[in-house]
Amino acid sequence: MNARSATDKTQTLWVLCGKWFAVGLLLLLAVLLLSAAVPEKHLSIYSTAANYSLPIVDRDSKDYIGLLELLEPLGTVSAKSDLPRWRLHYNNVLSEFAVGSPRARIQGRDAVLSARFLLENGRGLVPVASLASILPRILGGPVTLHEESGRLFVGSIATHFTASVSPDDPSRLVFHFTSPVNPTVATEPGKVYLTFNREPVTSPASPTLTFASKAIPSATYSENNGAAKITVNSTIPLLASFSNDSQTIVLAPAKSQFASTAAGASTTLPPASPPAQLPAANPSLPVTRHYFAIVDASHGGNDRGEALSSTLAEKDVTLAFARRLRQELESRGLSTLVLRDSDADLSLDDRASSANAVHAAVYIALHAASSGHGVRLYTALLPYSIDYDSGPFRSWTTAQQSSIPLSKATSASVATELKKDEINVRSLTAPLRPLNNVDTAAIAVEVAPSAADILQLASPVYQQLVTSAVANGISAIRSQLGAAP
Amino acid sequence: MRARITIPPNMIPRYLVIAVFVLLTAALGMSFYAWHMRGRAAAVPVAATDTRPVVAPVAGPTEQVTLYVAYDDVGVLRPQSARIPMPSVRQQRAEELLRSLIALYLDKASPHPLPPGADIRGIYMVDPGLAVVDVNAAFADGHRSGVLAEELTVASFIQTLAANIPGILRMKILVEGKERETLAGHADLSNFFDVSAVNQLTSQLQATQ
Repeated sequence: MNARSATDKTQTLWVLCGKWFAVGLLLLLAVLLLSAAVPEKHLSIYSTAANYSLPIVDRDSKDYIGLLELLEPLGTVSAKSDLPRWRLHYNNVLSEFAVGSPRARIQGRDAVLSARFLLENGRGLVPVASLASILPRILGGPVTLHEESGRLFVGSIATHFTASVSPDDPSRLVFHFTSPVNPTVATEPGKVYLTFNREPVTSPASPTLTFASKAIPSATYSENNGAAKITVNSTIPLLASFSNDSQTIVLAPAKSQFASTAAGASTTLPPASPPAQLPAANPSLPVTRHYFAIVDASHGGNDRGEALSSTLAEKDVTLAFARRLRQELESRGLSTLVLRDSDADLSLDDRASSANAVHAAVYIALHAASSGHGVRLYTALLPYSIDYDSGPFRSWTTAQQSSIPLSKATSASVATELKKDEINVRSLTAPLRPLNNVDTAAIAVEVAPSAADILQLASPVYQQLVTSAVANGISAIRSQLGAAP
Repeated sequence: MRARITIPPNMIPRYLVIAVFVLLTAALGMSFYAWHMRGRAAAVPVAATDTRPVVAPVAGPTEQVTLYVAYDDVGVLRPQSARIPMPSVRQQRAEELLRSLIALYLDKASPHPLPPGADIRGIYMVDPGLAVVDVNAAFADGHRSGVLAEELTVASFIQTLAANIPGILRMKILVEGKERETLAGHADLSNFFDVSAVNQLTSQLQATQ
C-alpha cells in the first residue's frame, strides 16, 4: 500500500515538474518575443554643430546614454578612467563622475545625477533624465530635453512652424517652417504623415490643429523615439510639394498639383534634387533635399568591419570620423549629410541609392584599417561590363563611369591637403562597393594609424587632423564639384 | 521492542529524494564537463585538426612562371619568378598557379598571411575569356578584413592568372561555389573583375607609397 502511494507521489511530482517546465518555457518564449518586438530607443540631438542620433541603453529600468559619444560631435572631448573616478574633458571644462554613485563634480561644483553613474568597457553612461541638469554646465549654454520622446535641443536651435489652409483654396494646406526641413512623407487612406528625423521641429502652441476645410479638417503634432511627426487628416488624396528653399510644404489635392506644375506655377523644388511631389499611392517614399557632400560611415549594426583591437571596431571608428568630417565640411560652408549617423545596418545598395537620390556633388566613404600607416584614398575600380546601348538608363554596376575623372580629381585634391599636414597618403583604385554604384564624384578614405598605436584611430586629435585635411581637399575643389551634373 | 517507522501520506520517501538529488547532480556535472570539453575542443587550432585530403602532386615538366606576390608590410604587389610543374590542360595550369601562390601565403614567413586551411576548390575556364575561381570557406571566412588587405589578395590572384594564361578577359571569384558580396567586408566579389582594369591596379600596387 505504502509502495503504491510512493509511486503515485513520484508520478505526481514528475507531472508537476513537467507543468512548471512548460510554464517556464512559455514565459521564456513570451519574454523573447516581447523583447524582439520592442524597437531600439534613440536620443536625437540637435545643435548648430550637428544633428545626430544615439542609441539609449536600459540599465536598472532606467534610460542611459554614453556621455562621451554625446559630446563628441559638439567639441573637443576626451575621457579618462581612473577608478573609482571617470574624468571627462570637454573643451576647457573638467567633469568628474564617481562610478556607481549619482554624485559628480562639474567645473569644481557638485552635481547630483538622477541615478548612479555607470562605467561599461571604459564607456561612461549617464541617466538620460540628468542631461537637462548636467549638459548646460558642461556646454555652457541652454539645453532643452524632451525626455519622453528622446529629443535634446542644444542652444536655441528649434524649428517652429505654422499651418493654415489657403484662403482661396481650402483644400490646400500650407506649412511654413522657420528653417529648411526634409521630412519623410508617407500616406495611408485619410492620412498624410510628415516625419522629421533630423530637424529640430518643435510643437506648435497646441498639438492639435483644426482647419476650416472639409478636405483637410485637422492635423496633429507628436514626438516619439527621437522624431517629430505631423499627421494630417484628409478626406481626399494629397500630394506634397516643397518650395521656398524647403521652408514651405504645400499639401494639395493631386489634380490641382499637377495642374499648377503643368502651368509653370509657383511650386519650386530645391535645385538638383529629385522630384519632390509624392502621390498618395507612394507611401514611405522619402522626399530629399540637396546636400553638397554625402559622408558614409562604412559598416554598422551587425557588420562590425575590421576588429581593429579587442575593443575597437571599424564601424565605431568610421562613425566618429564621419561626424567630425561633417563638422569640418559644414564649417567650410559645405552642407553635409552623414548617411549612417547611428549604429544602423545599411546595405551597400541602400547607401548608393541614398547617395544618388540626394544628388550630392561628392560622396565620401570612410573606412579604417589596422595595417599600414596614414591614409589611403580609393576611387572605383569598375567591374567588367559589356558596352551596349541602354538608352536613357545607366547600368547600376558602372554608374560611376562618367564621374571617374571628377572622382580622381577629388582624390588628388584631398591627397595634396593630407600631404601638407605630413600625413602618409596613397591613391589607388579598388573594387570597393558602393563606389561603382554612385553617379557623382566618389572616393573612399581608409584611415590607418600614423604609427604603431592602433588606438590613435580613436584619438580626437588624430581624427581632427585627418578630417580637417580631407575637408580642405574637398573645399579646394568645390567649384569643380559644384559644376557636376 | 522495535519502533515502527511509518511514512506520513503527504511526504516523499527519502530514498526517492536522494535518488533525484543524485541524478540531478550527475546531470549537472555531466553538462558542465561536456561544456568544458567543448570549450577545449574549440580552442584547439584548426590546422591541428585539419584532416582534409591533400591535393595530389602534379606530374609533368616544370615551367618558369611569374607569381604576383602581395607584401603587407609595404602594401605592394611584386612579380616573382618560380619553377613549378605545369600540366598541359589550361584549367589545371590555372589551379596549379593559384595553389603555388596560396602555398607561399600559408608559409610561416608569409608576406601576406592567409588563414589556415585556405585553398581553392576549383577553377573553371569558360570561353570566351572568363575564369571562375572557387575558393573554400576557410579562405574567405578567415581572411583579414581591410580594403588594401583584401584588394592585395584579389589582385594577386587575378594578375598571376592573367600573366601566365593568355586570353583571360574577366574573372569571377566564388566562395564554396556561391556568389558572395565581399571577401571580408570590403573587396567586391559580386561583380566580374575586368582583367585590363586589374592590370592598371597592379601597376599602382607595384609602386610603394
